Amino acid sequence: MLPDFTNPADWLPWAFASLMGLSILVYVVLDGFDLGVGILFPLAVPEDQDKMIGSIGPFWDANETWLVLAVGLLLVAFPQAHGMILTALYLPVFIMLVGLILRGVAFEFRAKARDHHKRLWNRLFFTGSLMTALAQGFMLGLYVMGLDQTLATYAFAMLTAVFLAVGYSFIGSTWLIHKTEGALQLKAVRWGRESLWGVVLGIGAVSLATPLVSTRIFDKWLSFPEVIYLAPLPILSGLLIVWLWRMLRAMPFADDRRSWLPFLVSTCLFTLAYLGMAYSFYPYVVPDRLTIYEAASAPESLFIILVGACFVVPVIAAYSILAYVIFRGKATALRYD
Amino acid sequence: METLDTLILSRIQFAANISFHILFPTITIALGWVLLFFRLRFAQTADGKWMSAYRFWVKVFALSFAMGVVSGITMSFQFGTNWPGFMETVGNIAGPLLAYEVLTAFFLEAAFVGIMLFGFSRVPGWLHMLATFLVAFGTTVSAFWIIVLNSWMHTPQGFEMIDGVAHATDWWAIIFNPSMPYRFAHMILASFLTVGFLIAGVSAFRWLLGDRSRDLRAALKVGVSIGAVLIPVQIFMGDMHGLNTLEYQPAKVAAMEGNWETQTNVPLLLFALPDEEARENRFEIGIPNLASLILTHHADGEVPGLNDFVAEDGTVLHPPVAKVFWSFRVMVGTGLAMLLISWASVWFMWRRRALHEGRIAGHWMAVEGLPKPILFALVPMAFSGWVATLAGWYTTEIGRQPWLVQGVMTTDMAVADVAAPLVLGTLITYLAIYAALLVAYISVITYLARKAAKGDDGRAIDMDHSGKAGVLAITPAE
Ligand code: HDD
Ligand code: HEM
Ligand code: HEM
Repeated sequence: MLPDFTNPADWLPWAFASLMGLSILVYVVLDGFDLGVGILFPLAVPEDQDKMIGSIGPFWDANETWLVLAVGLLLVAFPQAHGMILTALYLPVFIMLVGLILRGVAFEFRAKARDHHKRLWNRLFFTGSLMTALAQGFMLGLYVMGLDQTLATYAFAMLTAVFLAVGYSFIGSTWLIHKTEGALQLKAVRWGRESLWGVVLGIGAVSLATPLVSTRIFDKWLSFPEVIYLAPLPILSGLLIVWLWRMLRAMPFADDRRSWLPFLVSTCLFTLAYLGMAYSFYPYVVPDRLTIYEAASAPESLFIILVGACFVVPVIAAYSILAYVIFRGKATALRYD
Repeated sequence: METLDTLILSRIQFAANISFHILFPTITIALGWVLLFFRLRFAQTADGKWMSAYRFWVKVFALSFAMGVVSGITMSFQFGTNWPGFMETVGNIAGPLLAYEVLTAFFLEAAFVGIMLFGFSRVPGWLHMLATFLVAFGTTVSAFWIIVLNSWMHTPQGFEMIDGVAHATDWWAIIFNPSMPYRFAHMILASFLTVGFLIAGVSAFRWLLGDRSRDLRAALKVGVSIGAVLIPVQIFMGDMHGLNTLEYQPAKVAAMEGNWETQTNVPLLLFALPDEEARENRFEIGIPNLASLILTHHADGEVPGLNDFVAEDGTVLHPPVAKVFWSFRVMVGTGLAMLLISWASVWFMWRRRALHEGRIAGHWMAVEGLPKPILFALVPMAFSGWVATLAGWYTTEIGRQPWLVQGVMTTDMAVADVAAPLVLGTLITYLAIYAALLVAYISVITYLARKAAKGDDGRAIDMDHSGKAGVLAITPAE
């Protein structure tokens, strides 16, 4: 899996694929919980809704920026793949964008609009979050199916769309468990229990479908001795799921101890599932059609971006963490003062 | 035919999306700095009016910021969904510039905007001010990178073409391409003017509703002053920008002037209907020699004409004339209106202060001096910056056609192979959403202004006359 580090044409595309993969993962976890909170939104009573908004208010913008970075990296590092993927996914991308627009503006408008418009913006906030999650799940499904557009692949993509939306609700509820207290927290625990199945089915569906669609991926996983090296991945995921399930049955713990644990464990679970996918598709950026090496831009352009990224990404991580530290603790309704 | 339809629809869709997007950065770029100013004045004087002004305008900022972010995300997907050829041809240059924008600007603003908006009572004052500064700085940096890219598309240099793909040879030349400094300065000034008139207009509206609070007076004066000071600078910058364009994109200038034949003693046309079929203007009204004078600084200077940009075989290599001609006039006309109104406002306010020296000592200007007609004129001017900015961008962008990157690739080379009905469908949906959001945006600002005029800024304490009440009011609420 490791490239030849003496040859820029070899390691630069690899470095960019990793960087892009990393930002997609960070996006899925971070905006995943924002979107999940949005999907759970109508289930809460109005007073709690303000707290739910408060729990993501200071973060959602920065979280969404990881998507911009991921697309940006795809765009700059693998321009051909960027064109191929996004033209093939024209419609789901569009639906996701509409969802992101609605979610983002509804968030601001609901805080400022007159009271009788607030209901409308609440509804749009939910709709936008749901649309985004469904569209992303749909794209995931089509991507796994090698971007083929047939009835069967659409059916599969519909399934992954639902699973991803439920999966986001799951990570959203683990976030709420950490950021809220009292009745809302109890509800979040229940939501978490009820949506765990989405995560299980989602991971299951993608893991089963990927090797079936492509013999290349089948061999990568199920030939000897790979199957032994890779065994820890599914086993660990299974253990994490069991742990989550048991924890969610017992929560909240006394004195609200370890309220952050479910979120952390689900992040690990998402990461494992993601690593599995990355392993399946590497070195392809468009499944079975275009490798990262064929799609990469000129090395000199990649290099100049990488130099900047090495300086800037740690700084970005630092101040993102700063924001989370400043707004740590239980969420309150948001105020500008 | 199929691809032609997709091309036109994609162009309209791109223009619609970017036009919608640019409205909000135009506000946030300068409003960030104005908020920093309010915040610093509050720290300096402990006068609650600055904090009230901050609190009102930070809401507008938050709203505009969210609109800018969501429409910006749409923009970054557009390249892939509609214009794959753009990145495939010039991706080696456009890519790093866009990447630097994301890395150095977007994350900076996105991370600190949370602290700026919601952190007032959670972080020490200096950190809140630092966050406000970083957000303002971030928006400006992001404007810088995108303008670098856009300017490079107009005046490309520092690259070589290998197998039809552009490769960078000199990054310094790419970033500091000839039109970048003008375009960047003109855009930043446009942003400040937009915000100046927005603040002045909304404040005039509140004043007309009977609001006489001190924060309103302060904001009105700040808004009008920004307009009055910067509009002459902007007109000067615009002139410089035009000279630069004359050098690098003469076809665009010919279209802006509606000048068909290369000739001397060209008049400045105030009105004309350019007719591309007949290749002449109808109903011309102009001021003799003025265009030559402005563009060459000689009354008998030579101005390029559109007929020079028609190939032997009849292919037209200049932009659509009427659109560029009229966009340009809308921009300049709005600029002149801005000049008139802001200077008149300052003059009336200054005169009133001069007449009532004793009573309102310590202030340069008194809002009471503004006559009703001026107040009424300021209200619609609240969005004049948007009009001028859009008109300016239309001049610039349509004036570059048929080129996408001047002299390197034409727009039709970049378009995606997506079915036309699909693009039509998404275009209509975008337009509907944008129209609804614009209505919502403007009505929420009006609603906030009405609410503030009723003395309700979201807090119970009235801080009309004493700074002390204001200071009390901002002690942490939670
Ligand atoms: C508040 C906004 C505003 C105002 C009052 C003006 N402009 Fe402007 N103008 C812009 C906002 C703008 C802009 C939207 O920001 C543009 C588009 C691209 C750019 O760099 O600036 C622009 C472009 C632009 C261009 C085209 C540059 C090109 O070729 O690409 C010229 C020649 C001028 N301007 C000149 C003027 C003059 C002579 C003005 C005198 C009143 C003026 N502008 C007022
Ligand atoms: C922000 C203000 C901008 C506005 C209002 C604007 C507007 C427009 C318009 C109206 C067109 C269509 C021209 C025609 O169809 O004849 C166009 C074309 C284009 N502009 Fe801009 N533009 C802006 C900035 C930018 C920037 C910053 C970029 C690049 C980074 C850019 C890239 C393009 C591209 C790729 C096209 C080709 C597609 C087309 O012709 O429609 N524009 N723009
Ligand atoms: C093709 C052109 C463009 C693309 C792809 C683009 C992309 C974006 C994106 C993705 C964002 C959201 C960043 C975030 O998540 O915080 C954004 C915001 C922003 N854009 Fe653009 N943009 C374009 C044109 C422009 C132009 C022409 C300007 C100004 C001259 C501009 C100035 C800004 C600024 C200042 C922001 C900060 C957020 C805000 O204030 O709303 N952009 N843009």
